[in-house]
Amino acid sequence: MNKKIKQWVPVIALALISAVLLYLQPEARTPFGTTVLDYTMELIVVLPAVLLLMGLLSLFISNQFISAHLGSESGLKGMAVAFLLGTLPTGPVYMAFPIARTLRDKGARVANIYIFLSAWACIKIPQELVELRFLGAEFMIYRLVFTVIMVSLLSLFVEKFAHKP
Amino acid sequence: MTAVIINIIALGAFAFAFSRNRQKALKSIKVAAKMFLGILPMLIIIILLIGLLFGFVSEEGLQQFIGEQSGPLGVLLVAVTGAVLHIPALLAFPLSASLLAKGASITIIATFITSLTMIGVVTLPLEIKELGGRFAALRNGTSFVAALTISLLMGLVI
Repeated sequence: MNKKIKQWVPVIALALISAVLLYLQPEARTPFGTTVLDYTMELIVVLPAVLLLMGLLSLFISNQFISAHLGSESGLKGMAVAFLLGTLPTGPVYMAFPIARTLRDKGARVANIYIFLSAWACIKIPQELVELRFLGAEFMIYRLVFTVIMVSLLSLFVEKFAHKP
Repeated sequence: MTAVIINIIALGAFAFAFSRNRQKALKSIKVAAKMFLGILPMLIIIILLIGLLFGFVSEEGLQQFIGEQSGPLGVLLVAVTGAVLHIPALLAFPLSASLLAKGASITIIATFITSLTMIGVVTLPLEIKELGGRFAALRNGTSFVAALTISLLMGLVI
């Protein structure tokens, strides 16, 4: 089956299941309806902006840009750069694996590669904006701070154990 | 208010990009539209799930599994679920917000987001192929530790 059609199968299935459930339980219709409407509206006001930002970042921040800047600095500054570069690209983290490999082959520090991948995975800028919108500033900032601390510490741990002939 | 800020940031970035490189900036709109079509099926699924959550799931029932009283087992279960699931992070936030509104604990939600974004069981073969088994194991293992630690700290401060 065509991949484009295939991805709609679960959508249609879930829509049908929802319809049956709502038919069987009329009192669930109001909370279902208002919630679906609420969250759709919430997304409509931010999603176009976030996607535009992601589109811009994906075109203006190239893999070459990242490779050129990551690994050129050492020490704390290098780690900070790794964090920063990780927050700029778009796309799921597996898209970063080939970049990470190129960086490692070029001799970049393991800790910095780990930081770059972690930042890419969970503190990308467009993602943080959506988090701010849906979960609030307190949640977003605390998660960001704790993530930076944990990832920094763990990057040193991973670096220590990653080297083995 | 946050929606206004987000739109200003995006428009500002677009204006800046446009002044630098018109064609590339205009192309980014196309890229954004393509991304939207890419996540649209999942987007609809998430919205329907949130609707079902509010229509059919009782707060007491949900809280048993992912509320304050769910304890360490609940956290561990959510961490594993997040690691296995493959949802775009963008959509994890509205889902998380809906679970919070239904009485899920901060710790549980932070665990879910961190493990969902950092750990990839589905993409593990790809990671091993590119970066080697040792690094992949270390990265995913430490990410699991990170998810648990970050969320416990968040539960303490919020």
